[in-house]
Amino acid sequence: MKKVLSLVLALTMVFAFTLTFTGCGESGGDDEGNSDQAMKAGFICLHDENSTYDKNFIDAANAACEKLGIEAIIKTNIPEGQECYDAAAELVDAGCGIVFADSFGHEDYMIQAAKDFPDVDFCHSTGTKAHTVGVDNYHNAFASIYQGRYLAGIAAGMKLNEMIEKGDITADQAKIGYVGAFTYAEVVSGYTSFFLGARSVCESATMEVTFTGSWYDETLEKEGATKLINDGCVLLSQHADSMGAPTACENAGVPDVSYNGSTLEACPETFIVSSRIDWVPYYEYCINARMNGEAIDTDWTGDLETGSVQLTDINEAVAAEGTAEAIEEAKAALADGSLQVFDCSAFTVTVDKDNNINANATVDADGHLTEYMADVDTDEAFAGDTNVVEDGAFMESKFRSAPYFDLQIDGITLLDTKF
Amino acid sequence: MKEKNKIRKEPLIKLSRREDIDRKHSWTYRALAIVAALIVDAIIIMVIVHMNPLDIYGTMFAGAFGTTRKIWVTLKNLSLLLLISIALTPAYKMKFWNLGGEGQVLMGAWATAFCMLYLGDKLPQGLLLLVMFIAAVVTGAVWAMIPAVFKAKWGTNETLFTLMMNYVAIQLIAYFVIKWEVPKGSGHVGIINQDTQAGWLPYIGSNSYALIVGLVVLVTVGMHIYLKYSKHGYEISVVGESQRTATYVGISVDKVIIRTLFLSGAICGFAGWLMVSGSGHTITTSIAGGMGFTGIMVSWLAQFNVIVMILCSFLIVFMGQGASEIATSFGLNEAFGDILTGIIIFFIIGVEFFINYKIHVRKSGKEVA
Repeated sequence: MKKVLSLVLALTMVFAFTLTFTGCGESGGDDEGNSDQAMKAGFICLHDENSTYDKNFIDAANAACEKLGIEAIIKTNIPEGQECYDAAAELVDAGCGIVFADSFGHEDYMIQAAKDFPDVDFCHSTGTKAHTVGVDNYHNAFASIYQGRYLAGIAAGMKLNEMIEKGDITADQAKIGYVGAFTYAEVVSGYTSFFLGARSVCESATMEVTFTGSWYDETLEKEGATKLINDGCVLLSQHADSMGAPTACENAGVPDVSYNGSTLEACPETFIVSSRIDWVPYYEYCINARMNGEAIDTDWTGDLETGSVQLTDINEAVAAEGTAEAIEEAKAALADGSLQVFDCSAFTVTVDKDNNINANATVDADGHLTEYMADVDTDEAFAGDTNVVEDGAFMESKFRSAPYFDLQIDGITLLDTKF
Repeated sequence: MKEKNKIRKEPLIKLSRREDIDRKHSWTYRALAIVAALIVDAIIIMVIVHMNPLDIYGTMFAGAFGTTRKIWVTLKNLSLLLLISIALTPAYKMKFWNLGGEGQVLMGAWATAFCMLYLGDKLPQGLLLLVMFIAAVVTGAVWAMIPAVFKAKWGTNETLFTLMMNYVAIQLIAYFVIKWEVPKGSGHVGIINQDTQAGWLPYIGSNSYALIVGLVVLVTVGMHIYLKYSKHGYEISVVGESQRTATYVGISVDKVIIRTLFLSGAICGFAGWLMVSGSGHTITTSIAGGMGFTGIMVSWLAQFNVIVMILCSFLIVFMGQGASEIATSFGLNEAFGDILTGIIIFFIIGVEFFINYKIHVRKSGKEVA
């Protein structure tokens, strides 16, 4: 029997190696073959459609490719490691002329693939390195989602006002809870703009933030949300990708402003509204550019105008009266530039250089920001390299698509910052 | 009820141990089990997702062997899983329940990343790789020896001890990921030395995985010889059969336990080195991908036979690659692939029962096997 077994093994190996080497001969011709085939687009996703974050990407990928009439190849559950490089390379093998990845940690592996396959375009959402790495076929994209967060924050503030008017809470109790992932600029920018939106309509609003140390951990997010609710937060929002926080809110009957898409179906009693990035405009733009042989932006920022920043339908059963009108008004002001989300007069900052809190900020006597050196060029030094305060406002997503607002403003309490 | 109990009947099903089964028959049963599993999988595919099972199987095969690159990815994954299974095997043969493979691999990976980060620009490439290798192997070995020393000296329970050491390792790495993250607050270390490629295992031609596969083949052959033909291998078997016998014939049981765990941990550390230096070039808490645990299953399924382990790791890696391919091609969730894999493994484990036991059913007297 052993002989048979070793024979089988030997055959398997011979078979595998024959394929390997005959395959080598073919792969040389792949590059020329690409242009003849119909255009295909590849997508690499960190999780599958059970994650609200990835579902948002997957839906956009399908929608964009269907609209343009090209084939989408979607690879889900690709970790932020060598698997990402392998997936990207396999998508190239499968004939994709353009490959997208959706998670921050995919970036280095996408750059690696871009170097190895110069004829294919690699587009990475949420990344920061394209404008400095100098690889022509590697591109970053993000959207000015802080504007969407601000608008969602207005809905939250309106809800707080309604609760105060009804006498459910006093003005001092208008405390918002926020479940974040990491103390990373994308999260900080998100909760700060959300808070500023809420405070623009409810002056007494304060906020507590907790961090899970993971972009996707249903249990931790649920626990974090429950902790905030027990701590006296009367309204929640989150920047973490599972259904953990919305579910905890539904169970406790606490109103929730969601992210990445509507959670109305699972949380009909508590869901107010959700902001999300619509990736369809970006996908369409890139694929069109690729098909027409035009250059793709190194660093693309979508906004309200491109349709990249979206709010879901408002859940009228939970939202306060007049929410839709208030949002529309602010949206118009944001669009014509008369309203800035990070208007320096709207918030104050305490600089504590000894504890390295807001060390890159310069403020006036009242605590309003006058200058901020942001770390726009990602490097290991984490040094501020660009002043991003212009005309009395912190210009988010202007110098780079990915957010760089990482200030701690007054009124927001961070419960834990270990991540 | 009482009436019935009075009559003593032969039990409906009776088991008796088979002593006489030969290899040919046992392998026929195993082959039949896989065929049966594929049939059950086919029924599930038709009933749940209404698809042609042959399409699914064909796609799974393409997922593992469809292109040159896929073959190499399959070979690399197979090699790493096999390596970890091989690392755990000597301890199991000795009846030492080392469940700490994951942690030992992670610590090896950690030591490798540490050297790449702090020595990357200080040492020449060859020396750096050597230093990384030694650091990884020693760190993995030390991680495995801690529970072994406790077991040998004070008789602590190694099952719990080794298991808990995994979580200590995971938390340690979580700490270092935050310490080393780029950019700050992101929770990602990213590719280490991406520009200089310092401390990266060299490519063979343009192939980055061939060296990994080659090194694992060497270790596999080495371990096969070590367990089957060396004095150490014999001592491990004796300690595994009976510690008293071992003591009686003059084997120092403590010494064998510590020595074997050193070897076990060293190979796990070696696997960690390959993962960081040869493949991922980064460090995360999940870089071992649960292979430290899957390796336990592979080792036991193969009943500690190194050659059979190749088959078992191949099956698991093949199914994993296949599952992700059907997710991509048919939009089926990867969990569906896991269901199919689970059924196959269930049948493979189940058939061992029928190989070891005969079943006698009352009246009909027919054997079911």
